[in-house]
Parts: sequence; structure tokens; C-alpha cells
Amino acid sequence: MPELVKVGMADAKVGTAPATLISYGLGSCIGISLYDPQTKVGGLLHIMLPDSTQSRANENRAKFADTGIPDMLNEVLKLGASKSRLVAKIAGGAQMFAFANATDIMRVGQRNAQAAKEVLGGLGIPIIGEDTGGSYGRTVSIDLSTGVYKVKTIDKGEKEI
Amino acid sequence: MSDDVASLSANQMDALREIGNVGAGNSATALSQIISKRIDMNVPRVSIVPLGDVPDLVGGPDVMVVGVFLRVYGKAPSNILFLLPRESAFYLVDMLMGKKHGDTQKLDFMDESALMEIGNILSGAYLNALFNFTNISLLPSIPALAMDMAGAILSVVLIQLGQMGDHALVIETEFKTDDEGIKGHFFLVPDPGSLETILSAVGVE
Repeated sequence: MPELVKVGMADAKVGTAPATLISYGLGSCIGISLYDPQTKVGGLLHIMLPDSTQSRANENRAKFADTGIPDMLNEVLKLGASKSRLVAKIAGGAQMFAFANATDIMRVGQRNAQAAKEVLGGLGIPIIGEDTGGSYGRTVSIDLSTGVYKVKTIDKGEKEI
Repeated sequence: MSDDVASLSANQMDALREIGNVGAGNSATALSQIISKRIDMNVPRVSIVPLGDVPDLVGGPDVMVVGVFLRVYGKAPSNILFLLPRESAFYLVDMLMGKKHGDTQKLDFMDESALMEIGNILSGAYLNALFNFTNISLLPSIPALAMDMAGAILSVVLIQLGQMGDHALVIETEFKTDDEGIKGHFFLVPDPGSLETILSAVGVE
């Protein structure tokens, strides 16, 4: 039975095949994976917010797209991934409650997705799979043997990106 | 007080527990009158937990729940979240709509509306009691409802707290009908800046 590694909220885990990294119940948060298909090294990061410079509490770097992604990149490189082979996939960023006058905080899912793309773009890592937006929760996992990123939902079934 | 809800004294925790007690007591009475069943309520838990651990309070991030969310405005801005396991929500709808136990298997527009109204009534009862106790007047927003994974629903509240800190202070009360057919969790989550206001209003600095 391959190892199943749980990634909590505002948390990141890296590993190698045959481990599977999983994060349960993402709403507006984003699950960002990095994967090197040759060495089968990868990571999964569960961010809550787009930007650490806009926050009063930024000690936990895995909470934010702008600090969490570069940190995870360093960790997978340490495990032997090659930056030129790394590919990223992202899922999450829902708006769970629809309010007519949605404030910024209600739209944080959208801002999280945007920030994740910008940070990955800035690092030159291509995004080869994406499932963001909507108004439903997601449980996401990446199988480091294959690089398959699964997105499970309650009503919209399960898909691979 | 910024993040550091972690530094609350025993007296302060007691005061918050008492607030949960009077608030939830009033809500439980309201719910009991609506569905004509006895409602048992546990002693409120006042917990200071890392943000990522909050979903464990309701059984884990991937448990299916129905959540009614209200934003609370006034001198002590807060969030209210009323969470029910899916089966409890269905049973509650059966009672509210005069159906047989087990009839409701998914929520239609009317069912959602009924559950939001319950969220409204419970929140109103809670905040009224809070006002009588603290003299802080608080107004709830219109309710919003979602049926999904507990982690996804709670993230709405946790992300707001995440901008200010890494811990959440939650005042949580569990309700159940005496036949245990309906169980629910009522959360009052004050914004970090609201704690001082609430504590000083009850004279516990």
C-alpha cells in the first residue's frame, strides 16, 4: 500500500514515488502541485491567501501563494527534481457562498487562483492542468508514481487534470 | 490583541464560555419551539486552535455538511456558522416541511430557504442573548447556505482569520434533539479585533 501523505491547510509536503500527497476539503484555498516526471519527485501545497505582504501574520509561509510556492520549489529541488522538467497543476479557488454584494474576502478564491498562476509564471514553471472556480469544495491528490492529479467533489464527480 | 488569542487567561476563557452558554441556550430554546422537540446542548467549547485543525471539531475536512453562514456586523464583527451533518439537515427539513422522516434526500430551493431561515432565527436568538449580557448590539447579514465538505465551508471563515493570525478562537456549541436525529454545531467566531470589545464589555480585561 503506497504511502498517503496528508497535507493540511496552509501546509506543504514533498516526496517521491510511490507516495500520494492528498489535501481534503479545499474551498477557496488552492492545491498547487509540482512534479518532475523523470525523477518522480513532487510536492503539494495548500495555500489560503494570495499575498503575504498584505497580511499581518506571515510567519507561516505555506499559507500564501507568493511565499509557499518558491519554498516548495526549493524543497523538490533538494529531493532531486530538475527545475526545467517541473510541471504544475492547480485546483480549488471556489466561492463557497454566493452573496449579492460579495466583498473582496468572498472572492478570495479567484484571487488565490490568479496569484498562483502569476507566481508559477514568474518562476517559469508551466501549468499543465487546472480546475479552479465554481462554488463547491474539492479534495485533491497527486500520485507521485504517475503525476496524476485527482480532483474529487461531492456533486461534480471525480476528475484527473 | 492581534493574533495572540493563544494568550487568553482562564478568566477570559470562562467569560467567553458563558457568552456561548447564554447565546446558544437562547438559540436552543428557539429551535426547540420551532420543531417541538427537546433540544440538548453541551457546554460550549471555547477553543483556540491552529486554523488547519478547526475542521476536526466537526469530524474532519471531508465530512459532508450543510452550512449556514452569516456575517455579524456591529462593534464586535464576527462570523456565525451553523453546521449540520447532511442527514441531520435532511431530517430537519422533513420536520419543517411536514414530511415523513427520510423523505428529503436532496435540498431544493424551498428546503434551502427553510434552513437559511433556521440559521437566521438561531443567530438572532444568539445575538439577542449576547446583547442582554454584554450590551453590544450586533446585526447578522442575510444568511447564505452551502452543502459541501466541512473543510471547504469552514475555509470561508478561516481565510478571513488567516489574514490576521494562525489560530482561530471559536465558541462552539453542539445541539442535538433528544432522539439524536438532529445534531448540529453552532460556531461564533469573533474577528481578532472583536475579542477585546467583548471581553471588556463583560468586565474581564
